[in-house]
Amino acid sequence: MKRRSVIAGLGALFATGCSKVADSSAGQALFKVSNEWHRKAQRALTGRKAMAPEFSRAQISPYFRGNGSLTVGTPGYAAALESGFADWRLLVTGLVEHPLSLSMDNIRRLPQRTQITRHDCVEGWSAIGEWTGPQLSMLLEAAKLKPEARFIVFHCADRLRGQPYYESIDLDDAFHPQTIVAHALNGAPLPERNGAPLRMRIERQLGYKHAKYLTLIEAVASLEQIRGGQGGYWEDVAGYQWYAGA
Amino acid sequence: MPPTARHTRRHAVSTRLWHWLNVVCVVILFMSGLNISNAHPRLYWGQAGFTAREAWLHLPTFPGWATIPGYYSLSGARDWHLLMAWPFAFGLLAMWVAMLTNRHFVRDIATRLSDWRWSAIRADIVAHLRFDFDHGEGKYNFLQKLAYGVVLGILLPGMILTGLAISPGIEPSFGWFAQLVGGRQSARSVHFLFAWGIVLFAVVHIALVIASGPIRQLRDMVTGGRAL
Repeated sequence: MKRRSVIAGLGALFATGCSKVADSSAGQALFKVSNEWHRKAQRALTGRKAMAPEFSRAQISPYFRGNGSLTVGTPGYAAALESGFADWRLLVTGLVEHPLSLSMDNIRRLPQRTQITRHDCVEGWSAIGEWTGPQLSMLLEAAKLKPEARFIVFHCADRLRGQPYYESIDLDDAFHPQTIVAHALNGAPLPERNGAPLRMRIERQLGYKHAKYLTLIEAVASLEQIRGGQGGYWEDVAGYQWYAGA
Repeated sequence: MPPTARHTRRHAVSTRLWHWLNVVCVVILFMSGLNISNAHPRLYWGQAGFTAREAWLHLPTFPGWATIPGYYSLSGARDWHLLMAWPFAFGLLAMWVAMLTNRHFVRDIATRLSDWRWSAIRADIVAHLRFDFDHGEGKYNFLQKLAYGVVLGILLPGMILTGLAISPGIEPSFGWFAQLVGGRQSARSVHFLFAWGIVLFAVVHIALVIASGPIRQLRDMVTGGRAL
């Protein structure tokens, strides 16, 4: 009995120690630095244009799970879905020389990239799907980034727990060949649960970076002024890691 | 006086430092790993998987007292997991460098072909069952060499390799990490199995330390002890 209470006591002490560290500002800073090291180490080891693996049609998951928001859930969205998103616009704004406003038709007429990739959720599961859409780099080149632009922010139509969803990436990922604005999954228009009509594909990072129900792409110099300042919905509300390559 | 103090120690200073660093790393990595497992408690083989039907193993929800943090927090657990991965990986690398340069590996851990004879192995098992831990020549008997070799050479590096394999940012250049075991979900499964392999080793290891004079064993792993 005595030994057991000693072990339980040690365990409690250890757990308290861990939460003390995690709750301290030094602990939080350490986590942030460690996450930055993962990003830098991965970029150094893999090279900026290294490609995520692509798969064959036979490997496509029979059903592509939706996660997070499964719809935007507003009457306006329901009507847009009904009309095939005839009036949906995607804006490209912020630190750009030529802001863009694109219709679904504009987007579908651009040169397309189709890729069969694996979607890895932070929770641990994976699904394989075929995505089609123009490369983000093409839109950014058309809008022409100003030199001070360092991040690309994706604003979405959906709200999770009352807060608008958004995400952001650096320019390495923004100009990566596999970073596309997808409007089709497995050869059909994007299903509602997977982010209709437009979603991002950022193949070298976990699923929560792949913003769905995309309405606005914004080039910025810093993420600090945007909503919670951590660079994304999950980063702001639950402390998820901004770089999601690990 | 012996020529140098180093040769009189039972455990080299590199071994002792790494041992305790690794204890801290493995405990935090394992407990935060259980929290991460709770986010999606199913394991799959191959590249992809997310339905209950595809799973080869349905895991229990690990209770708060076994996880870091002590409540469900995927982001908090990932903070700990990704932080401790650094000292864990570089600590192991340093231990391997030390072990190869101070000949600890070749002298004490590497087995010889003759060690693999069944009669010798059986004698070792019998001695263990009799709680007879006095072995003659060499520092470790066959079962110890095997256990330490598997942990240092397979389980611990395997954790790093499979951990990297399931990182989407690593895969573009090191896709073969995951290919080695048949895909990302396989790598995730192996990551989980190896973690429990390390726990199994730790349980046996601690039990044998307790059975063979825990005070002396613990003291020697701190101070170095005297060479046998």
